[in-house]
Amino acid sequence: MAAAGRRPPLALALLAGAVVALLLLPLAYLVVRVADGGGRALDVLWDRSTLRLVVDTVLLVAGVVVAAIVVAVPTAWLVTRTDLPGRRLWAVAAALPLVIPSYVAAFCLLGFFGERGLLQQALGVERLPDPTGYWGAVAALTLSTYPYVFLLTQAALRDLDPSLEEAARGLGVSRMRSLARVTLPAIRPSVALGSLLVALYVLSDFGVVSLMRYDSLTRAIYVQYKSLFDRTPAAVLALVLVGLTAIALAFELRARTRGRLWRTGPGAARRARPVELGAARWLAVAWCGLVTGLFLVLPAGVLLYWLGRGLSNDRHLAVPWDEAVHSLGASALAAIVTVAAAVPVAVLVHRYPGRLARVLERLSYAGNALPGLVIALSLVFFAARYASPVYQTLGLLVFAYAVRFFPLALSGLDTGLARVGPRMEEAARGLGRRPLTTAWLVTVPLARSGALAGAALVFLSAMKELPATILLRPIGFDTLATEIWGATQVGAYSTAAIPALLLIVLSAPVLWLVHGDGGRLAESGG
Amino acid sequence: MRVIGVLAVVLGAIALAGCGGGDSGSDGPLTIYSGREEELVAPLFEKFTDATGIDVEVRYGDSAELAATIAEEGSNSPADVFFAQDPGSLGAVDAQLESLPSQTLDRVPARFRDAAGRWVGTSGRTRVLVYNTERLSHDELPASVLELTKPEWRDRVGIAPTNASFQAFVTAMRLSLGDDRTRAWLEGMKANGARTYEKNTPIVEAVASGEIDVGLVNHYYLALVKEEQPDAPIANHLFDAGDPGSLVSVAGAGVLASSNQAEDAERFVAFLLSDEAQRFYVDEAEENEYPVVAGIDPPAGLAPLDEIHGPDVELTAFGAELSSTVELLRETGWLS
Repeated sequence: MAAAGRRPPLALALLAGAVVALLLLPLAYLVVRVADGGGRALDVLWDRSTLRLVVDTVLLVAGVVVAAIVVAVPTAWLVTRTDLPGRRLWAVAAALPLVIPSYVAAFCLLGFFGERGLLQQALGVERLPDPTGYWGAVAALTLSTYPYVFLLTQAALRDLDPSLEEAARGLGVSRMRSLARVTLPAIRPSVALGSLLVALYVLSDFGVVSLMRYDSLTRAIYVQYKSLFDRTPAAVLALVLVGLTAIALAFELRARTRGRLWRTGPGAARRARPVELGAARWLAVAWCGLVTGLFLVLPAGVLLYWLGRGLSNDRHLAVPWDEAVHSLGASALAAIVTVAAAVPVAVLVHRYPGRLARVLERLSYAGNALPGLVIALSLVFFAARYASPVYQTLGLLVFAYAVRFFPLALSGLDTGLARVGPRMEEAARGLGRRPLTTAWLVTVPLARSGALAGAALVFLSAMKELPATILLRPIGFDTLATEIWGATQVGAYSTAAIPALLLIVLSAPVLWLVHGDGGRLAESGG
Repeated sequence: MRVIGVLAVVLGAIALAGCGGGDSGSDGPLTIYSGREEELVAPLFEKFTDATGIDVEVRYGDSAELAATIAEEGSNSPADVFFAQDPGSLGAVDAQLESLPSQTLDRVPARFRDAAGRWVGTSGRTRVLVYNTERLSHDELPASVLELTKPEWRDRVGIAPTNASFQAFVTAMRLSLGDDRTRAWLEGMKANGARTYEKNTPIVEAVASGEIDVGLVNHYYLALVKEEQPDAPIANHLFDAGDPGSLVSVAGAGVLASSNQAEDAERFVAFLLSDEAQRFYVDEAEENEYPVVAGIDPPAGLAPLDEIHGPDVELTAFGAELSSTVELLRETGWLS
């Protein structure tokens, strides 16, 4: 870590400030809309139903975060630190649900556990418990978000210097206690960051709560937009979401900084010796099988079933290649632009820590819990009125993705930069290199794996993004997500299955970027 | 490096293609915002281009979301035509719509168009009770939607309180029976354990699967669900004449006052009411909607539209009445 209080170069500070200012456009729009409504805004805020919505939303976030941690952390430990049979395969399988859009996950869970769903048909029973509501929403959202925690925890466990645990064990501490006292605190910042990403996703998600009929703030915002055309109440509720984001950020900061482990030397990058599971390995395999079965095999199976039903019903099914190209192109652009935009902020945070860096970094999360519809309408508002040449262009859509997924890019760069000690940069500077040359020769190559991981996360999220895509895409620019949406609108699940499966198949290889970096890093001794 | 070069070229090409779509110049294609699903109306747009040589670009979305988009765009809206699922969405932006020519308006009975002539209905739908034919026979079905609060319907009914079409039906009930009776009915439905769904399709699917026995929906979702599950045991039931439960409503279209291609836009709306386009609903469309122009018979199996007497209400009022309806739904606990 660099010494605190070093003043950042003005250009860097301005650049980072400009990026964050752009990210705050949706908030500016909400303030305009709330101001329009005058005193009515307060009425909405103090309405009893608003309080209930807040409570229900917090319960949902808490449920999903806990479930995601329970699923992700043990699985990450098993595939990283033990002699679990087939652990590479399990590691990939456990990360894969990240590529399944949450609304598709919800459709699949309903298709399986729902009334006359596959399970009921298979069991031949009259009635099953209703899968919708709170638990249904928690299940579908856990499915599509736990990989955030899993991937970050896995990376932390992989990079954790084994000498810490060895020292503890050498001092006679039992394995369980060393796990609790050394390993868990060491990975806590990663678990916290993953949980934050999960929480923000849950706050902003509409697809699942709508399909599972669970009343959250986001669902109420949609209902307001859809039925009143008075945009003030929706804006007030959206600002309440921003307030909840602030609380989530405070929690994350606390979890990240409390009881942090420090070490004086850089230590040696080497792998810990795998823990021998012994007889418990079959239990571990069963656990991984359960996770994979529930969160990967089940949704994929339901999609394949629908596809089969469509084929046997002779529906007109075509493979949406153009849409796939659109999805890939827009998402790739989004990944590049978002990571590039995140670089100044990340550098500021890591090299010039101080109040400015802290404030900018926290502010960049502010709009992240907003539903896609709100972000889309805010950009419609600004672009149509003040920047009509970019309105309804791919550029604006990519910008919307950047606004929505900025924290993902930042978190990737974060982990990348944290691995590059400032001393290396200082050494390069000491050898007479200019700052930019230093950045190019030293920082970029070393932080590359983090940047790639961030880019991959943005890419995967943009592939799945729906609400902003519907409103902001250039006319006729259909994507796989809009294809799925169009088909499910008219209840044509067999038609929806093809773009959904294609989305999953095309996204899966990109996971390798998130995944592969650790291995490469260890080999290069970084 | 070569891979990155290829990637850059591909992305650049996509970016250029994408930027081309934002064009709203006067000689460019006609821009239509369609709240109606692509599956249902895309063939209609093709017919229009074939007939007139005018190219169209269509932005598909949810009717209400598109209405909100048009409102946010203000006078800079690139849209020339707004083709919406319901009178409420059209009513929400009627201040941004121009008056249509009278020869277009006159094609359609007055009850299916805006009183000020800013939008016109293009196809009709009735509210119905979809029921499971294995659970219920025709003579067990209620004559009025009001009967659904009786004990024998406990836990058997599905509704979609967040959906525009259900809200339009509640507006119709308020306008024909008054707020007090509507409130009593909504409370009665709550007490009777009516189940909520997000929209019409899941209700029809739930009836088909036996999750519920009946549901309040638009008539044409039956055909859509049958497309996916050909032997689903479902059928539609019409309530008695004058019952708010048999509201006849329309999908409709209007021309944006800010359009710089108003003439082509008006031609498009006129085309939607041409015999050819109206026959499309009868002969080709998979969703079984009613034509609204006199002299064109409805699809086989549907009663003629002028024989269906819904409640005596003005669709024009629906946009302005929506906020009171939503408030009532909130007060009775159906919306949060």
